Amino acid sequence: MANMAKKTREPLLHIAKRDDMPGWKAWLIRLAAIGLGFLLIGVLSSLLTGASFGKVYNIMFTGVFGRLLKGNTILLWRFLQRAAILLCLALAVTPAFKMRFWNCGAEGQALIGGLAAMICMIEIGDKVPHGVLLLIILACSLLAGAVWGMIPALFHAKYKTNETLFTLMMNYVATQIVAYYVVLTSAGSGSNIIKPVPYGNLPILFGEEYFLNVLLVTVLMVAVYIYLKYSKQGYEITVVGESQNTARYVGINVKNVIIRTMLISGAICGVAGMLMVAGTDHSINTNTMGGQGFTAIMISWMGQFNPFIMAGMAGLVTFLKTGAAKVADTFFLNSSYSDIVSGVVILFLVGCEFFIRYTVKFRHSKKGGEAR
Amino acid sequence: MEKRVAIELKNITKTFGPKVIANKNVCLTANHGEILSILGENGSGKTTLMNMISGIYFPDEGQIFIGGEEVTIASPKDAFTYKIGMIHQHFKLVDVFSATENIVLGLEEKGKYDLKEAEKKVDEICHKYGFEIDPKKKVYTMSVSEKQTVEIIKVLYRGADILILDEPTAVLTPQETQKLFAILRRMRDDGKCIIIITHKLHEVLSLSDRVSVLRKGEYVGTVITAETNESQLTEMMVGKKIDLNIERSEPKNPVDRLEVQHVSCVDRQGATVLDDISFTARAGEILGIAGIAGSGQRELLEAIAGLQYLTQGDIYYHNPKTGQTDDLRNKTPLQIRELGVRLSFVPEDRLGMGLVGNMDIVDNMMLRSYRRGKSAFLERKKPKDLAQEIIESLEVVTPGADTPVRRLSGGNVQKVLVGREISSSPTVLMAAYPVRGLDINSSYLIYNLLNQQKEKGVAVIFVGEDLDVLLELCDRILVIGSGRITGLVDARTTTKEEIGLLMTKTVETAPEGGSDNG
Repeated sequence: MANMAKKTREPLLHIAKRDDMPGWKAWLIRLAAIGLGFLLIGVLSSLLTGASFGKVYNIMFTGVFGRLLKGNTILLWRFLQRAAILLCLALAVTPAFKMRFWNCGAEGQALIGGLAAMICMIEIGDKVPHGVLLLIILACSLLAGAVWGMIPALFHAKYKTNETLFTLMMNYVATQIVAYYVVLTSAGSGSNIIKPVPYGNLPILFGEEYFLNVLLVTVLMVAVYIYLKYSKQGYEITVVGESQNTARYVGINVKNVIIRTMLISGAICGVAGMLMVAGTDHSINTNTMGGQGFTAIMISWMGQFNPFIMAGMAGLVTFLKTGAAKVADTFFLNSSYSDIVSGVVILFLVGCEFFIRYTVKFRHSKKGGEAR
Repeated sequence: MEKRVAIELKNITKTFGPKVIANKNVCLTANHGEILSILGENGSGKTTLMNMISGIYFPDEGQIFIGGEEVTIASPKDAFTYKIGMIHQHFKLVDVFSATENIVLGLEEKGKYDLKEAEKKVDEICHKYGFEIDPKKKVYTMSVSEKQTVEIIKVLYRGADILILDEPTAVLTPQETQKLFAILRRMRDDGKCIIIITHKLHEVLSLSDRVSVLRKGEYVGTVITAETNESQLTEMMVGKKIDLNIERSEPKNPVDRLEVQHVSCVDRQGATVLDDISFTARAGEILGIAGIAGSGQRELLEAIAGLQYLTQGDIYYHNPKTGQTDDLRNKTPLQIRELGVRLSFVPEDRLGMGLVGNMDIVDNMMLRSYRRGKSAFLERKKPKDLAQEIIESLEVVTPGADTPVRRLSGGNVQKVLVGREISSSPTVLMAAYPVRGLDINSSYLIYNLLNQQKEKGVAVIFVGEDLDVLLELCDRILVIGSGRITGLVDARTTTKEEIGLLMTKTVETAPEGGSDNG
């Protein structure tokens, strides 16, 4: 018979799904993955630069955190500030993502929020008292971000437009508006740069310029967590995200939930923009957000939509970016190095999910072995 | 007469993950010129077993012999070389192709692509076994039974000697079922080996020569059909004696509760799905709705629940508390609830509409009630108690109330859903295919729950597919075909055949299905 040759053909390994791994074990695997990623970076960097293993790590750590032992916390605060902005944007997109509304417009929503802050600072900065000005800035940023987030939601709810494309395109519109405003206000100076504005800057608390930024984002983190997990609106978001049919079946107005959630998502983006403009740069340009609105999408996913895990992820990514930039500076590597470094660690982190969710089984040779 | 062994399975074991054992040491044989039924409840591993024969899954352990030779079937293509053909429960046809085009699709024949020749061959097969199909007919204009015919011819065209049919009668009317059985018998007499997977006892008894029973993935035994009976088979299937009677009480002073008048609605493409439907559901009575799958049953219930836009008609609800009558036409589910209408609805799509698969039992309990109270935050205490209560009273098998419902088996998912819908003490309870995919025990539990509700004075509307059950459970049966009412019969006096005829009534008078096959 023709099948004689086929007899031995049995798949060498097969993959089976699992969902029985305890949480602590999953996190151990994730930690191990990060460790492996770092190890590989070290090896790569040593090969590239000829520097020793330890030196690369050392540069990375001191580049990010500074010389903490000597009481110098400037770099640490700068690190916290960057991570906070990233986390803020990730917090913003998370309610939308939980609703399966792919808001890829955090960049633009934050930029518009920042622009609103900038306009307030320049136009009425010297006319109203500082405290009132800050409140106006906050309100304007929230509103601007919310409107920018709501536009795609309205169109999606009404005409079923694709939200991913729409939010992405809105980013470019925001960038162009900012470019226009920059040209408009810096006209005559010839530099095309808005000089840092002395009005409407966030107050310095406990002697740290960024303390308020970090504090605000921390509060926001807890608030978003509670909102998603314990509020009725958060519950509605989950139901709409899991199944719009179920939502309609129990009488949830799906359109309203989508629009409401995007208002919130956009408003939080607006806060991030304000923190960047009023709290950090005191100026604005088209690159103020620096692509963090897109990195935030990844943070939100890697944090599994849990604000606390997202905080860790934001810290990790910021650490990698800053640390790698420092290493690149020291050894005259170009900017791709930083991308490679963060890419490697993230690849390990994402890749390990496979081993958490699946097991690989090899062809059981035990039977064959006994028989022979 | 000595039968020739077509296929033999020895000690087949298949597991999915560490916990799910789909098949364990299954041994069975099927002969040429024989119809073998594989009987078992849902989840007993029938389909998994057959999928291993047809090359979709690969067994973890065990051997398969075909014609006495041990073989390895690693892909559907291998199965095809051993002349094994499987007709799946869900058809895999290209809608815009004709019957013949679908039949030859994917064949790697040498020479020219000759549709004429293929049509001829299809005609030959039809004549040989008595299929009625126009080889040129496009699939999208076909009825479900015609599509099934195409699937069967497809495997015959490929020269299959061993045919496996997965729940072939699930979508057919009694008349169509009889036709299919006649064809299957003709194929058997032609020397083919027919294996049908089913959980319907009466079909097993009327069609097959032998029956192999599976229970929870394990092989229980094989009996010769002529030497067995319904209760022995049930016992083999369930593992214990079980009472298969539904206690039907006489309706107590039935009053009109829900009046549906001249309701019509259209689907997204603008095609009419409900056409001038009128009926009355009475309190203390179970109204059955019968019809071929997709005749508008889902839309009808959704229209009542406020999930379908009505182009015409009204739905009147007589409120027993206030004595008022409200029109529910084009009200949202929330507005209906705010009117004080206690309408419960167990939809067909349990995890896609009735429940949220990724949420745990407690959060699913809240779906209907989470809005209660003025607080902006959720109150999980009561839903938690309700979840515990349902788990205990309906014997839901779950690790705990915080388990996502998608991890539960079909029967337990349904218990959670029905439990929640009943817990709000409804006045109208609608259930669409509430026992689909459930094991016998769970099915009878659901029937009992519906009966209890009826006795409490609830107007129960039950959409079912098993006519035997509809006849036993309901008081009146409404038959719909192609979105229209084709009959309203008394369940106590009617017959299966009468309902079967009513089910196909409009289909036959519809213009497109009218061409005779002469």
